[in-house]
Amino acid sequence: MSLRTAIRPAFGRSPHRLGRDVRFGSAGIAVQFVAWAAPMSVPWVIYDNASSPVDILLALTVPLIGPAVATPLLTRVQRQRFAALLDVGITGPPRARRQLWYHLLAGPAVAFGGVLAWGFALGGVVATTVFLWRQQAGRLKFLPDATSAAYLTVGGCALLALAYWLIAALVRLDTRAATAFLGPGPAAELERRVEDLTESRAGAVDAADAERRRIERDLHDGAQRRLVSMAVNLGLAKATMDDLPEAACKVIDEAHREAKEAIEELSNLVRGLHPAVLDELGLDAALSGIAARAPLPVRLRVDVPERAAPTVEAVAYFVVSEALANIAKHARATRAGVGVVRAGDRPRVVVDDDGAGGADPARGSGLAGLAQRVGSVDGTFDISSPLGGPTVITVELPCAL
Amino acid sequence: MRAVIAEDSVLLRIGLVKVVQTAGFEVVAETDDAEGLLAAVEEQRPDIAVVDVRMPPGFTDEGVRAALLIRRQWPDTAVLLLSQYVEERYAADLLTSHTSGIGYLLKQRVADVEEFIDALRRVAGGGTALDPQVVAQLLVRRHSDPLDRLTSRERDVLELMAGGRSNAGIAGALVISESAVAKHINSIFGKLDLPVAEADHRRVLAVLRFLGVGRGAP
Repeated sequence: MSLRTAIRPAFGRSPHRLGRDVRFGSAGIAVQFVAWAAPMSVPWVIYDNASSPVDILLALTVPLIGPAVATPLLTRVQRQRFAALLDVGITGPPRARRQLWYHLLAGPAVAFGGVLAWGFALGGVVATTVFLWRQQAGRLKFLPDATSAAYLTVGGCALLALAYWLIAALVRLDTRAATAFLGPGPAAELERRVEDLTESRAGAVDAADAERRRIERDLHDGAQRRLVSMAVNLGLAKATMDDLPEAACKVIDEAHREAKEAIEELSNLVRGLHPAVLDELGLDAALSGIAARAPLPVRLRVDVPERAAPTVEAVAYFVVSEALANIAKHARATRAGVGVVRAGDRPRVVVDDDGAGGADPARGSGLAGLAQRVGSVDGTFDISSPLGGPTVITVELPCAL
Repeated sequence: MRAVIAEDSVLLRIGLVKVVQTAGFEVVAETDDAEGLLAAVEEQRPDIAVVDVRMPPGFTDEGVRAALLIRRQWPDTAVLLLSQYVEERYAADLLTSHTSGIGYLLKQRVADVEEFIDALRRVAGGGTALDPQVVAQLLVRRHSDPLDRLTSRERDVLELMAGGRSNAGIAGALVISESAVAKHINSIFGKLDLPVAEADHRRVLAVLRFLGVGRGAP
């Protein structure tokens, strides 16, 4: 909200809102009076006209020290005023220095404006009603004639309008000032936002992970079982029906082979998603499965004393699975190594090979996706792949999200 | 020969029953959990139990635990475990305590009916049948040891041996002569420093060393 929008007139307000603004502004004046004006008057009252320099010094410092000492209390009162009367929630950590700016400057200024608005309003009421009291004003020295009464009425209307505008503008200014000085401030606001985002991202990553698990379970309990059952039946047909014509045998044979291929494909798909073995037995067991299936010899070493969060395990699994697939596709390696160890309290995954090297995540391979997935859980991804090899991928993951 | 089948998926159980019957076994009991399996084995004393690894109520390793119990309490009943995926720890558990009448295959192998029937008969007859995937996965664990001294051909032979094949079976699978297989096996025995003893015993030892379960005599 810019300053211009804060002071823009809003004549379309409902009476209800005007009442709310008046109550809010008046409460502000009252708070400021108690916090500031009243302490300021104390020394003058006590020291009777405050003639000595000490008295003057006291008179000047008490109003400053008072709010400074009472800042936490004042802040709480002001925040409550905003919450109760304006329904504006202002929260944040205590930042006494900034809050003092509000209590010493912004708050009093707005309160002063509020007093002015009351003055305008009262003056306006008196001036506009001039025709009502002019007749009874005989005792007053000032008796407006009809012409000046008319001017007074117009002026009163202007004053009322001014008060009307001022009240709304003050409420908006006060809200802005309070949010800026009593609220969390830009740094804390960013901090809170980062916290929110981290939380919501972790939620999104977890949700995606849970979804993968669900799909795996559905495929496993549904399609995969049916396919195996079908393949078994076709295999039985193949094995037992010897008296079929050759063409029929051929068809059955073909169907049997395709069913088996479908099972294999489905297993591969499930393995790429989120294998059940990962949930049930952990990284070690799941990784030995993909290491054994790799088309080149893989040395595997998994040494993590306790299991990490499921999402972290899933990412570690994905890293190894993708890295090995990449090595098989591009590296022209004769062997690969996979190590999962604990570095400090973080799981570290290292995949190396003795291939041609020159792997570059920027050149659109599986590596970019790998780095992305690692980044999604705040892990670090590092690759060293000089031309001629060897290539080493190092990934460090948090142990929990 | 008599068989008991424990598998919680009805669809697969029906298929399994048919395959086991095709193999010439009489299916004397079907059950869908480990408790039912143990009860059926105690009552029927079958020659073989075909067991799913994951079964109610926990859907984890109920089948493996039941298999270990069966092999210990009723040694005449062989066990063929079927699993959705390979877990070499289970295989190691099974083979550490028992080196005969034990099989561990992936479920989808049932579809290769003839090979599955072959494995079924082998296990029922006191032999072993390990899924090639199990073997490959156990190999990943091997680091520097005498196995590295084996040639790739010898390694192939040992893998098939671990899978429970006879010399003839190995010869068939690798398309080499049986005498060549015997030569490879002798060379394996030599390289693994296995003591001269009865041939079958050395065979088991070689397989165990290969699988990394138990260094000494079984």
